[in-house]
Formats: sequence, C-alpha cells, structure tokens
Amino acid sequence: MRPLLRGEALALVRGGRPLFEGLDLELGPGEAMHVTGPNGSGKSSLIRLVAGLLRPNAGKIERADAALADEGLALDRELPLGRALAFWNGPRLAEAMIAFGLEGLARVPVRLLSTGQAKRAQLARVMASGVPLWLLDEPLNGLDRAGTAELESAIAIHRANGGAVLAASHLQLGGDWRRMELGQ
Amino acid sequence: MTGSLIAREVRRGLHGGAWLPVAFFLLVATIVPFAVGPDARLLARIGGGALWIAALTSAMLPIERLIEPDRADGMLDQLAMTGTAEEAVGAAKMIGHWLTFGPLLLIAAVPGSFLVGLDGPALARSLVSLAIGTPGLAALAVAVAALTAGLPRAGALAGLLMMPLAVPLVIFGAAATGDGESAALKLEAAIALLLIAGSPFVTGAAIRASRT
Repeated sequence: MRPLLRGEALALVRGGRPLFEGLDLELGPGEAMHVTGPNGSGKSSLIRLVAGLLRPNAGKIERADAALADEGLALDRELPLGRALAFWNGPRLAEAMIAFGLEGLARVPVRLLSTGQAKRAQLARVMASGVPLWLLDEPLNGLDRAGTAELESAIAIHRANGGAVLAASHLQLGGDWRRMELGQ
Repeated sequence: MTGSLIAREVRRGLHGGAWLPVAFFLLVATIVPFAVGPDARLLARIGGGALWIAALTSAMLPIERLIEPDRADGMLDQLAMTGTAEEAVGAAKMIGHWLTFGPLLLIAAVPGSFLVGLDGPALARSLVSLAIGTPGLAALAVAVAALTAGLPRAGALAGLLMMPLAVPLVIFGAAATGDGESAALKLEAAIALLLIAGSPFVTGAAIRASRT
C-alpha cells in the first residue's frame, strides 16, 4: 500500500544549528507517529517541514493531502466560531464540531474562546478538512481531560478509516503510537 | 478559495475602519489651503498634486493590518496547507484591499477637490486619475505590507519603503490631474498596471520568505 507520508534522509538546519540529519520517516494508512524530544530539538520544525512550510536542507518529502494544527489559530477573531471554521470549507465540519464538543459554541465569537476551546477549534478544523494526514504540534496544550479523550477518540476513528497522524508532543498521548525521539 | 478570500478581505476591511484612510485623505486635503494660503489660483495649480499626496499618505495607513495579522495568526500557513498559492493570496488581498479603499477614496475625492480649489473639469480629471491610480496604490500597499510583515517598527519601515516606490505613480497621476491633453494619464495607467501585475509575485515571495 502507498504510504501517506514518506521522508528520506531529511536534514534541517535552523539558525546555523543542525537540528537533525539523515532522518527517514514513513507513515502508512492507519499509522500514527509520536515525535518526542527536549525543547528545541526540532519537533515543531519537523512538523512544519512535513507540512511543506519549511524546506529541508537535504532529503525529500512526499505526502498525501495534510492538515495542520500548530500554535496559529487561523480563525477570524471577530466572527462566530461556526462561521470562522466554515471559511475553511471542511467537508466534515458538522461532524468535527460535535466530536470536539463545539456545537454549543458555534455562535460565540472566536475572540471570546478560552485557550482550551481554541485548541478544540483548531483540532476540529483539522478533522473537518477530511484529508488523510493529520499533523499535530503539541495537540494536548490547553486541553482538559474531556478534550484529551475527544482527541484520542477522533484520532482512533481517523486511523480506523485509513488516516495517519504525525504528532509532536512532550506529553503522553493515549493509544498505540510509533515513537521517534529527536535531539539524541 | 480565492473568491472567499477576497470576500474575507472586504469584510475585514469594512469592519477594521475602512473610513480611516478616507478621513485622513480629507484631513490632508483640508490642511493644504491652511498651509499655502487662500490664493485660489495657486491652490488650483497645486490642488491635483495635493490630492495625490493625500491619497498616497492615506494609502499607507492600512498597511499594518493587511498581511501581518494573518501571518502571526497562522492564517497564511493554513492557506498554504489548502494548496492556495501565495501569489493567489497576494492577488486576493490586493483586490479585496482596493475594494474597501479605492471607491471610498473616489467618493471622498469629490469634497476633497473642492477643499483644494479644483473646478469642474479639473475635478473630473482628478477622479479619472485617482480611479486609475488607486489600484496601483493598493497593489503597492499589499506588497510593502508583505515585505515588512513581522519586522519590528514595520509601520515606519513600510512608509519609508512605499513612498519612493510610489514616486512614478504620483508624478504621472498628479500630472494627469492638471492636463487632459498630455500622455500623463496613459503613463500613469502603465505604471499602475505594472504595480498590479508585479504585486502578487512580490507578495507571494515575501510571504514564503517570512516563514520560520
């Protein structure tokens, strides 16, 4: 089966400092990888590299359509949450808002959301996009226990449907993950 | 995506104080008679140029809200994730920005012309000149906004960058307000077209270069 993500011999230098080199990465349908490592080891940079927002200094990346949740909210703050999320035209928006417990917040302006609610909104945008590869940078930041459980079940369903997840986090993620440690 | 991006720009422009550049434009036009005195003939001679200076300075006001908020908020990254080219983002921003800036400025140019003492035919020439020139100003504003996005003191830097780049447009735009016979209007249109054609590419490259 064709992998959803394949990176070969990736190297990345940031600010004159090599973060990693010779990194191989492959994710097939249903697979999930948890990238760990100390602060500054390049977890977020690896996610942005896979997203295509950074260019590798060496190596190449092939990937399927992907959706990204990082520190940027990317929702118009003056709009109600439902309309702000609808801007991204996600085919599974209604389903995603229910999965992350946001259906009651659809009319609340984005600027009034709490940190955790904003994180749920980001994750809902990723799920709504309907793409096979999810790229999650610190997805648990700001989430409460219920939010963590919602994320874990969304990931489980996504994987069962043949999707793949690449997540960078210094926290423990529930479920069965392959691990990659950066900065060794 | 580009269509909804243009609609978003218009919505944000109208919510984010679209009247501000217009008020600024009228204020500068009001200052001119105070600064040069009430001599009607002198005012009529310099009025077209004064309108253009007012238009240029008011075009610089919205620069900081054009690109930087979207860069800081991850909006530009997410647009890239949906496969929207940065150049398309630049073009959509340019069109959306002009829609909230150009028509309002043209309306304000009618009272503005009277403030700087332009008569009927000169008013008509000013309106034509500004109608052709404001898309060029909008294109320049978006490109400069992208070039300075994320830099410290971006507002002041944007002014320093934009004013010299706008000189050709101002020369021929102001000349076209004074004289209907010369080729100034055609040259102004040529420069505006160049700016409009180039801006999306400059904006796109600047957005990509600003990614960290």
